[in-house]
Amino acid sequence: MRNTQRSQKIAFFFLFLATLLIVVPVGLIVVIIIQKGLPAINWQFLSDIPRQGMRSGGIFPAIIGTFYLVFGAIVFALPIGLLAAIYLSEYAKDNMLNRIIKLAIVNLSGVPSVVYGLFGLALFVVFFKFGASILSGSLTLGIMILPIIITTSREALESVPQSFREVSLSLGASKWQTIRQIVLPNAIPGILTGTILGLGRAAGETAPILFTVAAFYLPRLPKSIFDQAMALPYHLYVISTQVPNVDEKVRYGTALVLLVLVLFMNLVAIIIRYNFRKKKKW
Amino acid sequence: MVIFNAKNLNIWFGQIQALRNVSIEIESNEILSIIGPSNSGKTSFLRMLNRLNDLNPGFKMSGWLEFAKEDIRKIDIESLRKRVGMVFALPLPLPLSIFDNIAYGVKMHGERNRRKISSIVEHSLKQAYLWDEVKDRLGVSAFKLSGGQQQRLCIARTLAVNPEVILFDEPCSGLDPISTAKVEEAMLKLKKDYTIVLVTNNVKQAARVGDRTAFFLSGELVELDRTEKIFTAPRDQRTDGYIRGKFG
Amino acid sequence: MRKFKEFLIEKLIFICGLASIFFVILIFLFLTKEGLAVFKYVNPVDFLMGKSWYPISEPAQLGILPLIFGSLIVTLGAAIISIPIGIACAVYIAEVAPSKIKEVLKSGIELLAAIPSVVLGFIGMVTLVPWVKTVFHLPTGLTALSGSIILAFMAMPTIVSIAEDALYSVPKSYKEGAFALGATHWQTIYRVLLPAASSGIVAAVMLGIGRVIGETMAVMMITGNAAVIPQSILVPVRTLTATIAAEMGEAVVGSEHYFALFAIGIVLFIMSFIINVTADLFLHKRH
Repeated sequence: MRNTQRSQKIAFFFLFLATLLIVVPVGLIVVIIIQKGLPAINWQFLSDIPRQGMRSGGIFPAIIGTFYLVFGAIVFALPIGLLAAIYLSEYAKDNMLNRIIKLAIVNLSGVPSVVYGLFGLALFVVFFKFGASILSGSLTLGIMILPIIITTSREALESVPQSFREVSLSLGASKWQTIRQIVLPNAIPGILTGTILGLGRAAGETAPILFTVAAFYLPRLPKSIFDQAMALPYHLYVISTQVPNVDEKVRYGTALVLLVLVLFMNLVAIIIRYNFRKKKKW
Repeated sequence: MVIFNAKNLNIWFGQIQALRNVSIEIESNEILSIIGPSNSGKTSFLRMLNRLNDLNPGFKMSGWLEFAKEDIRKIDIESLRKRVGMVFALPLPLPLSIFDNIAYGVKMHGERNRRKISSIVEHSLKQAYLWDEVKDRLGVSAFKLSGGQQQRLCIARTLAVNPEVILFDEPCSGLDPISTAKVEEAMLKLKKDYTIVLVTNNVKQAARVGDRTAFFLSGELVELDRTEKIFTAPRDQRTDGYIRGKFG
Repeated sequence: MRKFKEFLIEKLIFICGLASIFFVILIFLFLTKEGLAVFKYVNPVDFLMGKSWYPISEPAQLGILPLIFGSLIVTLGAAIISIPIGIACAVYIAEVAPSKIKEVLKSGIELLAAIPSVVLGFIGMVTLVPWVKTVFHLPTGLTALSGSIILAFMAMPTIVSIAEDALYSVPKSYKEGAFALGATHWQTIYRVLLPAASSGIVAAVMLGIGRVIGETMAVMMITGNAAVIPQSILVPVRTLTATIAAEMGEAVVGSEHYFALFAIGIVLFIMSFIINVTADLFLHKRH
């Protein structure tokens, strides 16, 4: 008996150690980036264009470019993703077609991000002749985040109790009225969470925009959706590997801005989810 | 007048047969109580009458069921459900205000006139004996009401769309005796304007409010007769056993 | 009128429901449209088994074996690191951690999942790479090992969260049964819970590895990008994904090189397809 107790203690100690091995580096990464990046952050860094071959000046065009891309991706992906989620949660029957759709979603979420980049290049840049542009990049990112939006929205819709649907239908409301008036309003927090997570993912990805939109160095703001644009993650890649002698502060500063942007979106999503669970009426 | 007419009605959910050869006529402006143990098919039968069973995956039916002399499968499903309202086993307010709960069905059927909607809401709440308790707080969430009030709210909500028939699916199973009495009182008053079909686990309730009572067992209709007859001199031994079992 | 509007909306919903199928097919179609053209210049066996990747020499040599090996060695290294740690962490969170700490740990894991790969690559470059260089006395720290370590971190959120789900969904009665027989908590975990959750854990591992194989930016930034078949884990390697990312910028649209990079994309697409379908089968086995 003593022996088994001791082996349990040892085992739990190693489990704890493994957990520390993951959590501590994560904390360290965040702390290092904040510590070394914070000195770089000032108004000029956030609002100026890059100067002297990106060795000084600011990162404003990259921030704006990322906002454009993320916004475009969501404009494309949210309506399609939400309607697809409605189909899966409210209309799909348990049949072969439904299984194939689910499999397609699983696959779409597993496709490597660089393959999305290739696809965007072949379809939007070359085939549709949009060129390397915000439009091509947004559409590529939009398709990439589609599975996230579908999956989270579907969970949100399915968590609305079936009894609400029965009540609405029993009063003679049509199926669409029921979805529109009862199911959707009660699923909005979940849908919002999924959308924001998708935004965060789109903001942080580099590989899909490498060949579809990203400009190496473009010290002005894009004028239309057919313009190239700089983007934060690609900018970080460029100043870390492609440009020699960049002050470390600038690199850390850029990493910090990107990290804060992405983590902020995740934080908002977590807060919405938390508040919703607390307030849930059923 | 016969309002529902079922002949040799069989239904299945997947492999499981829930109703077997049920033939029954429901008269207008009566209260028909349906009793029977759980899984006897009584709720499945009730949900046939507004075609709510259609929502279940694997649902199939055979036989004949008509509402107001029309094949139930040929009537537009939304207008059928408007004409045949339902009150569920548990109080199920929608996550809306008290006012919007009642107004919901009315709005869904295309009514836009605010004044008219308000007067329908008031009238329905009065019919369900809830008006005096809620008239000062129509804007608050329906979840703030007590269980018994919520159930009367659900009755008012059903009345608001002006149905011809109201289906009650064990409407008092979650309520205390006082709330139950209030719901039963409302049902008796409603009888003169509506046809009522009441599924209940509570044999005494069937005896109290039913004009006629039907006894279901294992998906079959065992016996249907005037309520006094069922409770004093049932023809079938199984009916007798069920009623006595419950009494004793 | 209302009926007609609803009819249109429901048709639109149906079409969007099919969107995912449509996009998977579209991706495959455009990859093959551009990628299969490479086989006019090189036969499939030489492409997959060729030992030299010199896409811009004259004539171009388009053998992706070094790249496949590059991906394999990095993935293998990441798997060796992330699988035991990831599963152990999942067990800790699901079974051992007190409920307050549990929430903190889960947020930490979510945080890790949210960090963009280019940020992890950057951090790897400035911290891990110099460390690997000094510890192993290497000419450069940009090695397969550095890549494996960073990729292990990218696989772990996937492994931890799916494995934790799998452990969580083991019926409570199994655990109670084991306790009733006098087993300790740890005995219950490794004799009852882990076997019962095994198919979900296998799926977790597969999806984690799928994430690693497809990862691009971090790998490109820290593995050194040398397209030779690696002899050890302490040399620079180049993966399939990094090759596409690094070279597509210079490849001329319609050239051999361009087609070859798309053909690599097909290889990656098929690999991720197989991994995800198999993982999905394992995931649904438990229901």
